[in-house]
Amino acid sequence: MKRLTCPMNGVRDISEFQYLGPVRRTRPDDADAVTRHLFYIENPVGPMIEWWRHRPSNTVFLAERHTGTDEIFRTWLPDGSEQQND
Amino acid sequence: MPFALLRYGLASKHRPFRDLPPTPDLKRSYDVVIIGGGGHGLAAAYYLSNHHGIRSIAVLEKGYLAGGNTARNTTTIRSNYLTQPSIRFYKEAVSLYETMSSDLGFNVMFSQRGQLTLAHSEATMRSFHLRAAMGKHLGTRIEVVDPQTVRELCPHLNMDIGGQHEVLGGLWHADGGTARHDAVAWGYAKRAAEKGVEIHQRTTVTAIRTAGDKVTEVVTDRGTIRAGQVMQAAGGLNGQMAELAGFPLPIRCMTLQAMVSQPLKPFLDTLVSSANLHTYLVQSSRGEIVIGGASDPYQLASTRSTFDQKEHLAEGALHLFPFLHNVRLLRQWAGIVDTTPDYSPIMGASPLQNYWLDAGWGTYGFKATPVSGKYMAQTIATGRVPDMIAPFALDRFDRFALLNEMGATAASH
Ligand SMILES: Cc1cc2nc3c(=O)[nH]c(=O)nc-3n(C[C@H](O)[C@H](O)[C@H](O)COP(=O)(O)OP(=O)(O)OC[C@H]3O[C@@H](n4cnc5c(N)ncnc54)[C@H](O)[C@@H]3O)c2cc1C
Repeated sequence: MKRLTCPMNGVRDISEFQYLGPVRRTRPDDADAVTRHLFYIENPVGPMIEWWRHRPSNTVFLAERHTGTDEIFRTWLPDGSEQQND
Repeated sequence: MPFALLRYGLASKHRPFRDLPPTPDLKRSYDVVIIGGGGHGLAAAYYLSNHHGIRSIAVLEKGYLAGGNTARNTTTIRSNYLTQPSIRFYKEAVSLYETMSSDLGFNVMFSQRGQLTLAHSEATMRSFHLRAAMGKHLGTRIEVVDPQTVRELCPHLNMDIGGQHEVLGGLWHADGGTARHDAVAWGYAKRAAEKGVEIHQRTTVTAIRTAGDKVTEVVTDRGTIRAGQVMQAAGGLNGQMAELAGFPLPIRCMTLQAMVSQPLKPFLDTLVSSANLHTYLVQSSRGEIVIGGASDPYQLASTRSTFDQKEHLAEGALHLFPFLHNVRLLRQWAGIVDTTPDYSPIMGASPLQNYWLDAGWGTYGFKATPVSGKYMAQTIATGRVPDMIAPFALDRFDRFALLNEMGATAASH
């Protein structure tokens, strides 16, 4: 079973989490940017920073994960407190 | 033909024949270069060479022939989509499958046994009524059926009366079917090669050179070639391929998994799918139960399976057919799928003048193999995008003219 470290609850089973998608690099202020922001979502084969949610505790946090190997490097709360995955 | 067959059978010396020639050396230039030797690239090569008289074609495939998603899919063929352009397009796909074996002189084992999608909630029933009305309007065979008819169509199904997933009805699509995925690719490859199309296996495209808004050269690990027209049909890595050509696509890589059981006696003669359970099953002609479902729940560009998803598929399959609990799994696998925001493909023009897209096939592109090949070939041969595929243009995202097929695609491909 794959595991993810919740910054609040520690190492938990991946089935307890909801994927909320990549952290977006675009900010929609004009029409072109809206299209880009809505439809052209980050799709690297490599490390990516993304939003996750621990469902039972409703903890929303950030994770850095490799989309090719599925390795999770680190997770942290939006306010900065970090927990290293082992 | 029967006499020739008899003579062949009685002859003492058989001359073996190959369906496909070995990979030749790369030439300096081709009229058309097709990136990706999956079903889509090969079908386009077939139509270009057999219907448009274009012979100078190279198909470039980084691995072995049709070893990408064409080899990994669960072969659902159907046209019960939601939007008008999709239904029209996939309806022609189904009808091309109906005559494919005789058109190609190659047995693709098309079996039109019908697809039954189950509803376990009122909301799903409502969406079925919409899909049936749309499908009927456009001339496909589709109807909403009651639980009694579901039972008759699929007597072994667990109706779960009174349970959490009680079957409230179904969407019966008599046009649905399956075909042998490898044979589809091989048939197109064989007939294209006969007309002089060169199929280059183990040839990876590593760069695309452009001048202004035109592609000039395709760089591969076996040499650089000049190309008049280029078609991109690179499967799961379509987004990355477009980046090599210098522009982004609205595509995200997801992983989609499937598995098959050991062979059983034939008991399931329809395709069965449950949107709520995210599981679908079909019995292959070898008797194996093929089990598929939704993609992994987060972005991933990996062909490794996960235990979670396999467990989830098994759970769904056992819910629908509890007597499968003793059956062993024989094989399991995963593929990278190129998912678009609206679960519809991207076909036709790209930002580059002579570079054509056949991408975004996500979890649903096998059924489109013949029809996309036909219209992509027409596009490349004439330089004009036919009406049939115009709604699938890349610029639909700029126009906010999306073709949302998520509800008709996400769980049953
Ligand atoms: C588990 C699973 C189940 C599915 N089930 C269904 C289903 O039931 N029904 C359905 O309609 N669809 C289904 N699909 C989707 C379907 O498989 C695909 O949409 C379809 O096969 C796409 O065909 P293609 O020829 O475009 O891509 P592919 O068959 O993937 O071919 C693309 C080829 O491009 C090659 N390539 C990539 N990069 C390069 C490069 N740089 N240089 C040279 N070559 C390159 C790849 O090696 C590959 O062979 C499923 C997919 C999966 C993974």
